[in-house]
Amino acid sequence: MTRQAFRRLGAVAFAAALFVVLVACGTDVTGDTGEQAAEEGGGQSTLTIYSGRNEELVGGILEHLEDTTGYEIEVRYGDSAELAAQLLEEGDRTDADLFFSQNAGALGALREAGMLRELPERTLEVAPERFRASDGTWVGTSARARVVVYDPDQVDVDDVPGSIDELVDETWEGEVGYAPSNASWQSFVTALRVLDGEQAARDWLMDFRANEPEAFESNTPILEAVDSGEIALGLINHYYHQAWVTERGAGAVNAERHHPDGGDALGLVNVAGVGVLDTSEAPEAAVHAIDFLLSGTAQQYFADETAEYPMRQDVTSTRHELGELDELPGPDIDLSRLSTLDDTLELLRDVGLSS
Amino acid sequence: MIGTQAAPPPRPRRPLARALLPDAVRNAPLLATAGLGVAVLVLIPLGYLVVRAFERGTDTFAAHVFRERTFDLLLRSLTLAAAVTLACVVIGVLAAWLVVRSNLPFRGVFAVLFTLPLAIPSYVAGFTWISAWPGLAGFPGAFLVLTLVSYPYVLLPVMAALRSTDPALEEVSRSLGHGPVRTFLLVTLRQARPAALAGALLVALYVLSDFGAVALMRYEAFTVGIYTSYRASFDRTPAAVLGCVLVLLAVIITVAERRARGKAALTGQARVGAGAARQPDIVPLRRARPLALLGSVGLLAVALGVPLASLGRWLVSGASAQVDVGRLLSATWTTVQVSALGAALTVLLALPVGVLVTRYRGSFSRGIELASYAGHALPGITVGLALVFLGVRVVPGLYQELPMLVLAYAVLFLPLAVGAVRTGIAASPVRLEEVSRSLGKGTTITRLRVTLPLAAPGIAAGAALVFLTAAKELPATLLLRPTGSSTLATELWTLTEVVAYGAAAPYGAMLILIAAVPSVVLGHKLRSRGRDSEAGG
Repeated sequence: MTRQAFRRLGAVAFAAALFVVLVACGTDVTGDTGEQAAEEGGGQSTLTIYSGRNEELVGGILEHLEDTTGYEIEVRYGDSAELAAQLLEEGDRTDADLFFSQNAGALGALREAGMLRELPERTLEVAPERFRASDGTWVGTSARARVVVYDPDQVDVDDVPGSIDELVDETWEGEVGYAPSNASWQSFVTALRVLDGEQAARDWLMDFRANEPEAFESNTPILEAVDSGEIALGLINHYYHQAWVTERGAGAVNAERHHPDGGDALGLVNVAGVGVLDTSEAPEAAVHAIDFLLSGTAQQYFADETAEYPMRQDVTSTRHELGELDELPGPDIDLSRLSTLDDTLELLRDVGLSS
Repeated sequence: MIGTQAAPPPRPRRPLARALLPDAVRNAPLLATAGLGVAVLVLIPLGYLVVRAFERGTDTFAAHVFRERTFDLLLRSLTLAAAVTLACVVIGVLAAWLVVRSNLPFRGVFAVLFTLPLAIPSYVAGFTWISAWPGLAGFPGAFLVLTLVSYPYVLLPVMAALRSTDPALEEVSRSLGHGPVRTFLLVTLRQARPAALAGALLVALYVLSDFGAVALMRYEAFTVGIYTSYRASFDRTPAAVLGCVLVLLAVIITVAERRARGKAALTGQARVGAGAARQPDIVPLRRARPLALLGSVGLLAVALGVPLASLGRWLVSGASAQVDVGRLLSATWTTVQVSALGAALTVLLALPVGVLVTRYRGSFSRGIELASYAGHALPGITVGLALVFLGVRVVPGLYQELPMLVLAYAVLFLPLAVGAVRTGIAASPVRLEEVSRSLGKGTTITRLRVTLPLAAPGIAAGAALVFLTAAKELPATLLLRPTGSSTLATELWTLTEVVAYGAAAPYGAMLILIAAVPSVVLGHKLRSRGRDSEAGG
């Protein structure tokens, strides 16, 4: 046999051996579920959470949940919309007990499919009424606000646009930064449609476009551009700015933020929330977990770690200058009506602002 | 009428039942069954798509298909796929020729470096370009990024083909008075055509299925339409309808490629056999040499330099961020494990398909090969959701366990392995198998002891390609991974989503490192295969 044939056989043998080793080790990865089965046998509750909120943001508090309640917590992280699609495919066979979503829309989709269970009043009432489902199937856990960040060297605080109409003034031609592919920008446009109607929204978007706004990839580059004075104004979520201020110190950040007070979509306050799956075998434990997410401890965590507005009035961030949630001059809007994102995208395409 | 036609004599004598069976089934029932099994497995997503697409009746289906937006998406995806494929063929063939057949300096190093962009996920490359040059958004950016990450799909098979083609034809051409350019165009290109077409098919299907690059570049391709349907309306029906159209498109492209490739690919001018290998001539570039060198360096600068530079910048800026070494290593190990298992299963499934299409040509084998390409044009989320739908109902015990994820990789990446295995088997002489059987060995023994070892390089190449592609896979991995486990791609996603680029950089670097190993081996092996053979034989 030639040397080469030996080498080839060797390669095949090596591959086969590797396969065997990997299959054997494969049990490592799935080892968790073995424990899970054991736990279930022992009668202790295991809660499976599908989290559309990022592990970096909520991983800490979900670990805390495990320590506090004593439940075995399994978390599956993903994109909120994709997890909602996954839950819809799994249907009544899902293992998930809780769905923790980045936005109200994904929760609304599950609610419409009849997959969420009504929460007890005691749990719901912790959150202000406008931050929970009207039928009680989900509740907000923290809020974020759309803000206008501005460069104080170029713009006087009194001149910062506080309404959509002021924003499209010709003064700001080429001076406004926005992130066309960002979900929060799209929610803003949806709110605009819901509040002012299709035609008004279309007209406003045409005006906005005519003013030659600057498109950015995401919120942070907008903030950078405003901070450096490259553009005068930027449309972002409040926590991007707040995180910078806390991280670098107020003196080191040039850009400042303004909460639009025109009562229109520009100052939209949106929410992250949670619901219990109807098929959950441990609904009491699941509600208990939600109570924890709305407890002082968890609310403090959101206020401190993610710089979001807590649902609880009695919680104030110890790290960030946030102000009070109920003092935010946002528009009065039913958040579950923000689920018509497809119409928004079509409108943006029509107007020519989607790319 | 019938009486006037001359019927082929042997046919009527066969029993009817046997005559109806395809040759492959009659002659190799075991193999045919295995092939059929593979086809059924990889057609799972298609079955799911049909169920979802028609769940609200044919009217809804038609309403979604026949509307302007679907047509727009289709046109955009096709334009992009055509442009990227063309560019990849040009770059891939030229680069392959330079490193295999020209006297380009450092061509051994270039051969390896040229294949490295395979290791860079399209979403990383896309992010790099759009954050540095926001003006690229739209078609130019999508075209640039997809071309730069997928030209190696053409480069690799063409390198192998150029390596193993017989130089005699070129010598004949030159002896007839043709210059080097004419010889290249008339002879060399023709010899490389089947390989280039096979690579082009993979590029075209990849472009159709890619989401990362087009989404970052805000180019509304078909996959963006599919994702938007999930994300914006939480409606799975339009997504499934679009998925069906995408599969149809993949079938058309695959059939077209096979027509274009013709019989050349299967019989091939590739002479095989280790002993007969002869080093092809090296063509002197003369005055074009500095230009070729400049072009090669330029290609590497944009395809490798740009993404690596930005990764390097992240690494530096994130130096202060603490790297959780345990988390990094655990994600690395999981990635290696799932990708290696994915590669192993994919190659295992590709073997019967590869043997069927090379040794039992006919409509049965063609059908199975066609089926194996269906999953490759679908975005990961569609295949992922199909397996969610099926897994949770049919094999709930395996749902969100390792085997399900590994199966998803096989469905998604089977064509990568089928192509390589097919080439490998086509390159091993049938005569050796006949000798084995004449010595009284059974067909199965012959396959295991003769065909398989001879096709080993092709099989290894296929495994390497699947491994590195699986390591980069994100959407299906997110849906199907065991709860609580993470791969490098999912960690990269987690960290970049919260704009923690510094913290994400080590994961990106590790991912590229891991995917680079097989691509380096591929590049090195394919270039030097002829030389190895000479040394070995």
